[in-house]
Amino acid sequence: MTTPILEMRDIEKHFGSVVALAGVSVSIQAGEVHCLLGDNGAGKSTFIKTMSGVHRLTKGEMFVNGEPVHFTSPRQALDAGIATVYQDLAMIPLMSVTRNFFMGREPVKGIWPFRFMDMGFCDRVTREEMKRIGIDVRDPGQAVGTLSGGERQCVAISRAVYFGAKVLILDEPTSALGVRQTSMVLKYIDMVRKRGLGVVFITHNVRHAMAVGDRFTVLNRGRTLGTAVRGEISADELQNLMAGGKELADLSAELGGTV
Amino acid sequence: MTDRSSPTELIPDERIRPASVVTRILRRPELGAVLGLVIVTVFFIGIANPVMFELSGIVNFMAPAAQLGILAIGASLLMVGGEFDLSVGSMVAFAGLIFAACVVTFGLPLPAAIVITFACAAAFGFFNGQLVLYTGLPSFIVTLAFLFVLRGLSLVGLKWATGGATQLRGVREAATDTPLDAFFYNIFSGDAFEGLFAWLAAHDWIAKFPNGQPKVTGVPVEIIWFVALAILAAVVLARTRYGNWIFASGGDPNAARNSGVPTRRVKTSLFVVTACCAALVAILTVLDAGSTDARRGFQKEFEAIIAAVIGGCLLTGGYGSVIGAAIGSIIFGMVLIGLTYTSIDQDWYLVFLGGMLLMAVFFNNIIRKRVTGER
Repeated sequence: MTTPILEMRDIEKHFGSVVALAGVSVSIQAGEVHCLLGDNGAGKSTFIKTMSGVHRLTKGEMFVNGEPVHFTSPRQALDAGIATVYQDLAMIPLMSVTRNFFMGREPVKGIWPFRFMDMGFCDRVTREEMKRIGIDVRDPGQAVGTLSGGERQCVAISRAVYFGAKVLILDEPTSALGVRQTSMVLKYIDMVRKRGLGVVFITHNVRHAMAVGDRFTVLNRGRTLGTAVRGEISADELQNLMAGGKELADLSAELGGTV
Repeated sequence: MTDRSSPTELIPDERIRPASVVTRILRRPELGAVLGLVIVTVFFIGIANPVMFELSGIVNFMAPAAQLGILAIGASLLMVGGEFDLSVGSMVAFAGLIFAACVVTFGLPLPAAIVITFACAAAFGFFNGQLVLYTGLPSFIVTLAFLFVLRGLSLVGLKWATGGATQLRGVREAATDTPLDAFFYNIFSGDAFEGLFAWLAAHDWIAKFPNGQPKVTGVPVEIIWFVALAILAAVVLARTRYGNWIFASGGDPNAARNSGVPTRRVKTSLFVVTACCAALVAILTVLDAGSTDARRGFQKEFEAIIAAVIGGCLLTGGYGSVIGAAIGSIIFGMVLIGLTYTSIDQDWYLVFLGGMLLMAVFFNNIIRKRVTGER
């Protein structure tokens, strides 16, 4: 196997006396979707934040393209090509799609003090990028608030991709979406993979993970329970690993296999 | 990333109609203010003495509108950035005191006094901003405190500078005693384009007195300042990177920060700008009146915020328009002065103020729902 674009080895993170992560190892290859599954409180969010430079590691090592790195700010992670799309998407509903797309990275032209935002360029790029993923933004000047949840998710992802992400971390991108919107987002994740990016797909929905995942890592109580390759593991097994096994199996039997 | 995968098939959604011109107009934040201006204009054309819409009448109501407008421009930028400044009215009094004390009490040259006044205002704006950002308290409360602090300081300072009075006179005399002072005096006081107006009057294109002097000798400088600032601020807000950061900081500071927007710097700078607008109004009005007093700028903070709200600024931030706020101020000036051209008691002005605010907030709410597609 080639050098992973991002590798996390034996990551530990303590908050005071609370051990949030107790030795998590994950590697992400270019062009794969690595699903990170875990129930609430399993340490998913903490793990994302260590990958994206928000939290510093208490222990463990991190490699980008085989080189050891120590991120102290999200900016550094971003510069290394690790982009995170959080659940709140970092989008402002009252602002236009274009203004959101380029927020914080506005292209300007002209000479100071006549340095203006290049709105024509911004609108064009936004419209093109949206078209590539099958969203027809008739008017890039429309507010993000008018887009559906799935569309917003896609705008957030394509923004990260456009600005040169190598590794894309998606924090539960499908958790609040309907069926059609979920398939829209999953389809887009597949497109991003085909463009050669490494995708970390965080979810607690096994079916969504099975739909696009190449490898699966289950987090439980701050530990990884190993990584499985697609085809080696069934949805039921993943589900049970996430829940810590026994209890859910019992409950599932009681409810007639509906969980 | 050279592999540009072909665009997937577009699935046009038959439930959405393309945005029409009407929708685009409805989406403008200034819409409410423009409608208000039209209604108020029609109202006064209907009932007021026609003198009101002659050149002299227009200058009459534009002068107070301009003074309020300069404050409203600062207030609207700050509101789009998600914060309030309730201390601008008191800041006008305080900056007026600093300015007048520099000129009269310390006998400084006018340019030095102007620089010191702006520096003091900027320092207070900076302090306000830091206090809001580092304590995490709502700017409403922090600047409410400064509303009283600055008003009190103005009173105390005036008594100190004058030896007991709350009015400081003799600014005009002290501000024009050298040619350098006179040059700066003309930038911040008097009329502009006097030559043009005299020429227009000579050719009978504008009204003039029997002796040949035009009835309006020029455009009062505050109107020039107001228009120039409104255009500058509108361009900055709509067309620059900094403008985008203002919208972002007000819309959702957290999301903005995650996207690399320096929200603290943006908000602090907006507090400074707002305070400097107040200082400008102080200098203009003090030079105009030739004196300063402790009641200067009284309640102007509320009027400025109302003008900004009429102009389409949301109280929650992240949305609004400078041009709207400027139009809101013109509505104010029109009603304040316009009522004197009618037989209506001028105190109805306050009733109007409250009514207009309610209507504007109500209207803005509808607009916001339209913009964000909320239902």
